[in-house]
Amino acid sequence: MDVLGLTAERAMGMLRARECSAEELAQAYLDRIAAHDGEIHAYLHVDPERTLAAARAQDASGADGLSGVPIAYKDLLSTKDVPTTAGSRILDGFVPIEDADVVARGNAAGLVSLGKTNLDEFAMGSSTEHSAYGVTRNPWDRTRVPGGSSGGSAAVVAGGLAPWALGTDTGGSIRQPAAFCGLVGLMPTYGTVPRFGVIAFACSLEQVGPMALTVRDAALLQQVIAGRSPRDATSVDLREPIALPEAGRLDGLRLGVPRAELESGVDAGVLARFEESLAIARGLGAETVDVELPHARHGLAAYYVIAPAEASANLSRFDGVRYGLRVDAPDVRAMYEATRDAGFGPEVKRRIMIGTYALSAGYHDAYYVQAQRVRTLIRRDFDAAFAGVDAIVLPTAPTPAFEIGARLDDPLSMYANDIFTLPVNLAGIPALSIPNGLVDGLPSGLQVIGPAFAENLLLRIGAAVEAELGFDPVPPGLRGGA
Amino acid sequence: MSAAWQRDGYEAVIGLEIHVQLDTASKMFCGCPNRYGDEPNTNVCMVCLAHPGAMPVANAEAVRQSTRVGLALGCRIPESSEFSRKQYFYPDSPKAYQISQYDQPMCGEGSFRVPGEGGFEIRITRAHLEEDAAKMIHAGGDAGRISGSAGSVVDFNRVGTPLLEIVTEPDIRSPEQARRFLTLLRATVIAIGASECDMEKGSLRADANVSIRPIGADEYGTKTELKNMNSFRFLERGIEAELERQLAIVAAGDRVQQETLHFDPATGTLSPLRSKEEAHDYRYFPEPDLLPVTQDAAQLQTVAAALPELPVARFERLVAAGLPEATALLLATEPELARYYDDLAERTGDAKIAANWVMGELQAHLKDRGIEADASPVTPERLAGLIALVVDGTINQTAAKEVFAALVEDDAITAQAVVEERDLAQVGGADALGEIVDAILAAHPDEVEAFRGGREQVIGFLVGQCMKQSGGRADAKALQALLRERLAG
Amino acid sequence: MQLTPDEVRHVAALARLGLDDAEVDRLGRELTGILGHVATISALPIADVPPTKHARDTTDALRVDETRPCATREDALRNAPDPAPDGFRVPPIGA
Ligand SMILES: [Mg+2]
Ligand SMILES: [Zn+2]
Repeated sequence: MDVLGLTAERAMGMLRARECSAEELAQAYLDRIAAHDGEIHAYLHVDPERTLAAARAQDASGADGLSGVPIAYKDLLSTKDVPTTAGSRILDGFVPIEDADVVARGNAAGLVSLGKTNLDEFAMGSSTEHSAYGVTRNPWDRTRVPGGSSGGSAAVVAGGLAPWALGTDTGGSIRQPAAFCGLVGLMPTYGTVPRFGVIAFACSLEQVGPMALTVRDAALLQQVIAGRSPRDATSVDLREPIALPEAGRLDGLRLGVPRAELESGVDAGVLARFEESLAIARGLGAETVDVELPHARHGLAAYYVIAPAEASANLSRFDGVRYGLRVDAPDVRAMYEATRDAGFGPEVKRRIMIGTYALSAGYHDAYYVQAQRVRTLIRRDFDAAFAGVDAIVLPTAPTPAFEIGARLDDPLSMYANDIFTLPVNLAGIPALSIPNGLVDGLPSGLQVIGPAFAENLLLRIGAAVEAELGFDPVPPGLRGGA
Repeated sequence: MSAAWQRDGYEAVIGLEIHVQLDTASKMFCGCPNRYGDEPNTNVCMVCLAHPGAMPVANAEAVRQSTRVGLALGCRIPESSEFSRKQYFYPDSPKAYQISQYDQPMCGEGSFRVPGEGGFEIRITRAHLEEDAAKMIHAGGDAGRISGSAGSVVDFNRVGTPLLEIVTEPDIRSPEQARRFLTLLRATVIAIGASECDMEKGSLRADANVSIRPIGADEYGTKTELKNMNSFRFLERGIEAELERQLAIVAAGDRVQQETLHFDPATGTLSPLRSKEEAHDYRYFPEPDLLPVTQDAAQLQTVAAALPELPVARFERLVAAGLPEATALLLATEPELARYYDDLAERTGDAKIAANWVMGELQAHLKDRGIEADASPVTPERLAGLIALVVDGTINQTAAKEVFAALVEDDAITAQAVVEERDLAQVGGADALGEIVDAILAAHPDEVEAFRGGREQVIGFLVGQCMKQSGGRADAKALQALLRERLAG
Repeated sequence: MQLTPDEVRHVAALARLGLDDAEVDRLGRELTGILGHVATISALPIADVPPTKHARDTTDALRVDETRPCATREDALRNAPDPAPDGFRVPPIGA
């Protein structure tokens, strides 16, 4: 059975029509993983026996809906009895005692886990090069990064190693890798997906979301994971259920274009594809109007205070006492310092240092509080813009996938790749990234940003443009079993 | 009574930081049982162990109880309060930050009055909600390891226990005031039902900030922080010792160093504690995983209306009812005894008589049995029955004591039954007493002579003889009167 | 604004990161660069703007005071680097 390019929706159809069993489907993916993950290195943990047992259980259950559809989970999501590393040495060998809420919901829906996917250590990065367990390669061009931090999840879906996957997005970590790998990625409204069991990087910014081959698949998976949980005080219920979008017209919709943001630093090809998509949207009846986000340009600075500040506290629990790595030392303090020095990689140390500095006596107000004020201004910018438009469109990332190693020694240029995505996290609003055609053979992404709880609108816009673009999400190199 | 501590021109300046473990069913931020004394690491979960991905959810009952205590301390309750992360690395702190409150505590400034003779008022700075730390079992408790590197074993059962930290202004002026304040505060929290405040178990812990300054000075001297004074006596002795220590330092012309001191009750001495490095930079910031807690005026009124009578109010009520302050204070600070007293006072309709019995026979019996009032076989109802017999003159004090003892021994029998069984009713009728008196006077002609000769005091002897004759049952007053009448005649 | 090695070491100490001199040197340069960019907002005249403390404006997601099953001690100690029979062993607090 050839599962390359198979959507979850189609897989569900095959299962329900008894065209194949969950076990056969899982085996087909496990075979591809065995054959191709060697070069891509997108999975950190695969347990064929466990996967097949889960698939057989679904076959036996006679359950309906998504029962038996395989999925891959970013290794930032806790999985009971299955190693979970967050891409860090410091969690080498750690085995969670409970599932993350989103994983539990996946299990309840009958999804079958194929394994855990690679990521930048603790989701801190935009290339998956910062994983302690090796870099993941982009299935479109193995000399290039898949994006990050959910690069592993993006690569398994683009590479036909899973029909879809869950990622997390703190500053663009779902949308940017989706764009780099020619996928659909949804960053949900803050609070609509419970974070319990999601290893925390920056609590006030991050959400779990789907990464898929189609907009409808993304909607389907969002239906599984969204909704309030008693274990996450910040979680809320949706205002309306997630609907499966149909391709259609966009008459009467006003799409805002923040022109000023596009003036510099955006790849010409990316810009060209973006303009083509705007034309398509207009062709479908939408109106495109310019909007201003005056403070968006401060987003990067605000983000790189707030996210590291929260991270510096979130990562303090990795102290070698209750789990994970411990480097022995004669006293507790020496043990802490040796353990954390050996357990954290350079990017994580960088962020812990920035965050600790920004919260420390004397700098707290100038950095942390000031960044929170900028956050307020950015939220107000979006509120003001949405008073005049239904959604805002931007390229997902200013460039296509860059080459492995290209930005590793230049943190700021790495961070800059997220300028179009992280203001959305600061505002806590939803955004959808869909494939926006190729630039020199590499995918680029169209980001559609909406007001809080506007997921259904974003999915509708996405489905409409997707249908017109007719993008083939299978990397050419993979055709013919390569 | 509680005069300010003043020596050699210096006065004491004392503030308290009190941690109260709230008596909830579950912990502050997770569903693990909030229970003392279980097997180590059995009341723990992902949240307690700070496993990656664990998230806190605040306990509504802890919020309610801290609001109740805040209202009892006269604190302003802000419409919105918020949790913050207080960061420090220590093995008893699994997240390496404590979820506490920083600039928006549950309870704002308030004021608490200690009434009675030498009464005083202490301003409350704030009271905030936070989570308790884990327990470190230091080497020795370190079972199962041969090589003896003296480390510790951490038990996370206690971590996450709801704590209300109450901070006072430095308004306390003597060790004794500190004890009186804490005693009444404890009684108040117990009356509210927010905590059992057992200092041995650590559900009430008090640290003291102590300094001295020239009497009448405005600015404060350098303060030291005293920890581990886990009883009222130790609190008083610890502060006393520290005041003397500081006085000696100043007398020697030196300056007091800011430090944290550990009180050793065994030796009554204070030793410096190792201070946690960078303890001065907690890097507080708002807890992003928790939402602000809001309470509007209407909600607060409902909570306030549900408060029981508090010790200060009870003290004033009892004093108004004519009880001595010492009695009122004891009843105000001992809820069980107070409940018994109120019941008895209502049944007898006489506050003073009820108080006398509670403070006298009942307390002696409770001490003797080592029980609380509600556990006594002598229920308010039975004691009221006994008191009624005294009041209506059926029995006298001597007999009453015997009846009380009988009620203690046999919890089925009534006072009335004891009196009848043992024939303890007073002999008060003129003829019955007459016989006795005549017999005694006849038996003691010399004393009668002496009395008539003007030796008035002999009457005491004669009364005693008659009382003896009556088996202690004679009505003392009636007896006196009759004797005088006969002797006069 | 250049971070001195001592400043870097102080921050590292707060964060319990044992850094060698090479790391102190590298992080000093990197942090100076990053904080230099971050400083672009420090100057903004926005003291009157209320800080965003929470991602959404909701409040009061409190939990009813009920107990839930705990982890078994076996599960609690399952990941412990140095388990004792009934707890988590740590080195001496030290001097
Ligand atoms: Mg405290
Ligand atoms: Zn717990």
